[in-house]
Amino acid sequence: MGLTCQQLTCRRGRSTLFAGVSFSLHAGEALWVQGRNGSGKTTLLRSLCGLALPDRGAVHWQGKPVLATRAHYHSQLLHIGHADGLKPDLLAWENLALGGLPGERCSREAALRALDEIGLKAEAQRPVRLLSQGQRKRVALARLLLSPSRPLWILDEPLAALDQDSSAQVSQLLQAHCARGGMLVLTTHQDPALPGARQLQLGASC
Amino acid sequence: MDQPYYSTANGARRRLTVFTFASPRNFYHLAGRLIPWFTALGVLAGLAGLAIGLLFAPTDFQQGDAYRIIFVHVPAAWMSMLVYMAMAGWAGFGLAYHTGVSSIMASALAPTGALFTFLALWTGALWGKPTWGAWWVWDARLTSELILLFLYLGFMGLHASIADPRRADRAAAVLALVGAVNIPIIYFSVYWWNTLHQGPSVTLGNAPTMAPAMLAAMLLMVAAFWCYGIAVALRRARCIVLERHGSAAWLRRRTK
Amino acid sequence: MLKAARQLMQRDLLLAMRRRSDALMPLAFFLVTTTLFPLAIGPDTKLLRSVAPGIVWVAALLASLLGLQRLFADDHADGSLEQLLLSPQPLEVLVLAKVLAHWLTSGLPLLMLAPLVALQYGLDAEAMGVLWLGLLLGTPVLSLLGSIGAGLALGARGGSVLVALILMPLYIPLLILGSSAVVAASDGTGSAPHLMLLGALLAGSLAASPWAAAAALRIAYE
Repeated sequence: MGLTCQQLTCRRGRSTLFAGVSFSLHAGEALWVQGRNGSGKTTLLRSLCGLALPDRGAVHWQGKPVLATRAHYHSQLLHIGHADGLKPDLLAWENLALGGLPGERCSREAALRALDEIGLKAEAQRPVRLLSQGQRKRVALARLLLSPSRPLWILDEPLAALDQDSSAQVSQLLQAHCARGGMLVLTTHQDPALPGARQLQLGASC
Repeated sequence: MDQPYYSTANGARRRLTVFTFASPRNFYHLAGRLIPWFTALGVLAGLAGLAIGLLFAPTDFQQGDAYRIIFVHVPAAWMSMLVYMAMAGWAGFGLAYHTGVSSIMASALAPTGALFTFLALWTGALWGKPTWGAWWVWDARLTSELILLFLYLGFMGLHASIADPRRADRAAAVLALVGAVNIPIIYFSVYWWNTLHQGPSVTLGNAPTMAPAMLAAMLLMVAAFWCYGIAVALRRARCIVLERHGSAAWLRRRTK
Repeated sequence: MLKAARQLMQRDLLLAMRRRSDALMPLAFFLVTTTLFPLAIGPDTKLLRSVAPGIVWVAALLASLLGLQRLFADDHADGSLEQLLLSPQPLEVLVLAKVLAHWLTSGLPLLMLAPLVALQYGLDAEAMGVLWLGLLLGTPVLSLLGSIGAGLALGARGGSVLVALILMPLYIPLLILGSSAVVAASDGTGSAPHLMLLGALLAGSLAASPWAAAAALRIAYE
């Protein structure tokens, strides 16, 4: 039992973004969603999160429809979207401790440790608006270190704007997550270096 | 047959349910068949009502012939309220059941309702000049109508400001429902604020204080406005269906 | 759930502290607007005293409308609103937490300025007290109803003007009750019923607004 997607169809205006998308994801599996710009990757991910309503089809988590069991599903899900979800006026560690995931206990020390691990020890005390785009992305991704208990990770372009070292580090994080039995859905234009990841191509028919 | 059925264009039989006309295609055809009837009824009732009201109803003792404008003012005011409730109802249905046609119906009703409200305001002012001596005296009834006009404009403005039609429908539906809940509160507070307008002289279930001919004219005009409202809303709804589903196969076949 | 709400409120308060100008500008607007009217009408004390309740309430309303943008728009822009929607906590509670933080940084300072404005207009102590009490009950309603408007206008063109158009009819009962309470106090007819109705309005808004605002937010993200 895991994430199942059945005949998912999304329309934007008059055109169909994608139609009939179906897959089944189990523990330890990763899904790499590929497609050109505008092929609906972000919309697909948002539908999987239960944010966007699909025109047709359904998403199920552990057998139950996602839209009917939102609270439970969201407690098992970690989503990092295009926008990093960081408040520019808060310090980097404050974003993780206060802003990141409402309700999750995260102390200052835990936030600092996570930033240290991701290689941003020096930037931890700086407000996010002063960080570069790549550094901001890494602060957002530090959230992955803080919530190991959430089995499903849905990540939209996690490797964008990252340099090679950071990219490799994040790929390792993702691999470790799958090795622990977690599930992963991600979109990226670069190769995520995830051996064994299934691939889903969007926009092939449109 | 124990359940009602209907025949589709290609001869298949389908069961008739509440959601049968939630399909744009079925709705489009049904609306097309209803519009001529409601138009005819509306025109007839309107002509009859205006004839009785303007020609046959007796002159009022106090107000002379100027009172005759109530045959347009009162039905317009009633309809403006009724249409808002209908609009909120359709919008709520569409929000709950994700039926696009219900939301289209709500969007189609809005301009008609706004027009009725504007008509009520305008005829109210025309009536006010000879009776109160001023075009606008901020009485409770007319002020509430003005606020109702703002509610309609807010609904239409919100709908027009959101690009995605489905999202626009749903956001405007929330606003319509919030507005519907607030209308009693608004009316109450405006009455509290001012009590100048005469009490209603025709209410459902109460004996009217008007002559029978006046009552007949009033009810005919209400029926006329109602039929006009339905006909126009259905027509507008058909246009919106064309706009949104223009590329659908069943429409392309029709317009060939 | 309450922990999450408290954490969110703390975050919003911290952000407001870091960007004090965002929160203070509507207050400045309030002061400027209430100064404009005597300049336009003339310094006749009796006239000013009679129009004071209406002007203060309208100015408070307009200032509140201006300040509503920062309730959801900033969070929407940087993606943190999306994270709130993905939280397992009920969205209604989180919205209430945000509205409370918003009121603490917009309504409460306005309450502190109101006596100053009342003095400007020459209101006596009793009228000032009723005005203050009315604003105490009414400014949370401004924030609560405002959250519905702000949520609906997310992702729509039109910005503040659209929010104003949507919210004005909904604010009218509040306006009427608030200003007529002060008028009743000055007349001697007793402001208690007006204030009690204001309280009822507050209770109703507390119960219903988070629900409508949460629905509006979910729709904005569909």
